[in-house]
Amino acid sequence: MCQTCGCAITLPPSAETVAAAGVEGSVVDVLQNLLAENDRAAGHNRAHFDDHDVLAINLMSSPGAGKTSLLEATILALESRYRIGVIEGDLETDNDARRIRAHGVPAVQITTGTACHLDAASVHRAMHELPLAELDLLFIENVGNLVCPAGFDLGQHLNVTLLSVTEGDDKPLKYPVIFRASDLVVVSKTDLLEVMDDFDPGRAAAALAGLGQGTPMIQTASRRTPSIAAWLDWIEAQLQMRGRAGVYRRISARNPLVRRRTETGAAQA
Amino acid sequence: MIRWIKTSAHRHGLYVGAHTLLHVLGSISAVHEMSVCQALLSQVAQIARQRGAGAVDRITVQIGPLSGVDPEQLRRAFEVMRAGGESAAAALVIETAAVEVRCLACGADSETAVNRLVCRACGGYRTRVIAGDELRLRSIELQM
Repeated sequence: MCQTCGCAITLPPSAETVAAAGVEGSVVDVLQNLLAENDRAAGHNRAHFDDHDVLAINLMSSPGAGKTSLLEATILALESRYRIGVIEGDLETDNDARRIRAHGVPAVQITTGTACHLDAASVHRAMHELPLAELDLLFIENVGNLVCPAGFDLGQHLNVTLLSVTEGDDKPLKYPVIFRASDLVVVSKTDLLEVMDDFDPGRAAAALAGLGQGTPMIQTASRRTPSIAAWLDWIEAQLQMRGRAGVYRRISARNPLVRRRTETGAAQA
Repeated sequence: MIRWIKTSAHRHGLYVGAHTLLHVLGSISAVHEMSVCQALLSQVAQIARQRGAGAVDRITVQIGPLSGVDPEQLRRAFEVMRAGGESAAAALVIETAAVEVRCLACGADSETAVNRLVCRACGGYRTRVIAGDELRLRSIELQM
């Protein structure tokens, strides 16, 4: 039974029960993931999403890369076929959530104040304000930041990182942790490429390839003349696996964050 | 500016407390290391209490370059946030391993740069990180 929300999902063993590792004199060998508590909560969120057959996608980027605009264009394109919900993370204001709600989609704002990232506990609270049973697809828009969100599993199935053409095409080299944790990289605002000619999508792709994950990269433009077909195709491909037991779990198993927990767990066994 | 805040925060840490510091630092720079430090301190406190230890002498953590946690930021957070708890007088030892990948094509292991995780034997672009992404509490030494 979930201690926080009273739902009927069983939790994996908590940190207390794991601490019984080897002792030598007064030295206790622990070998426990430092974010074990967060990861446990994330696993719990993921179980909720799986139970309701909701695909959860975590959107990350620097501030102003166009996460909310991409979401708005996505909602317009998909709302007739899929039921979408959004969790918005921001330091201050609920402006983004209001933009999403204007499209008739349920959106919960998490105002993190000074915290530079979302964590599993905040997503858990927000998740219970959403009608999960009535959703197909949940977007979690993380706080705009390429450093902090990378290490915190929220329970999402997939990580998507946006890289706008108004940024440097060497961002994957500068922020390898977040780009390595991505299942998809979206080069956004490509309608500005003609004026932002120092951004070379080829260089960005080469930098991403150098992170060794084979992460796919696509291009989008969300405003003026929206061009998000590749992005919609990618989402559709993920959604088509819906309903096959455990498929989303296998998707999320590719995520380095989930793998980290699994491997740490194996090391303890 | 950031340097000033850090120095100032460090100097005033004892008076203003960790929460205010989080506020000050959080508004200036990215400090998820504060969250990681909080998690570290609560894990350590839990184990110390379980074993009936009053204090902790030494904490050893493993922080890989690919963990996304900056050892210096973690240390700075630790210096301030440990006040008043089981770890108040503990030494923090941070171990960091080199980044190592295993090639999915040829199976070779190679040591790589943090942002160039390709096989150095065959040049393969599909690899698995086998070291360097650690974010672990390795051990603690208790005062019994």
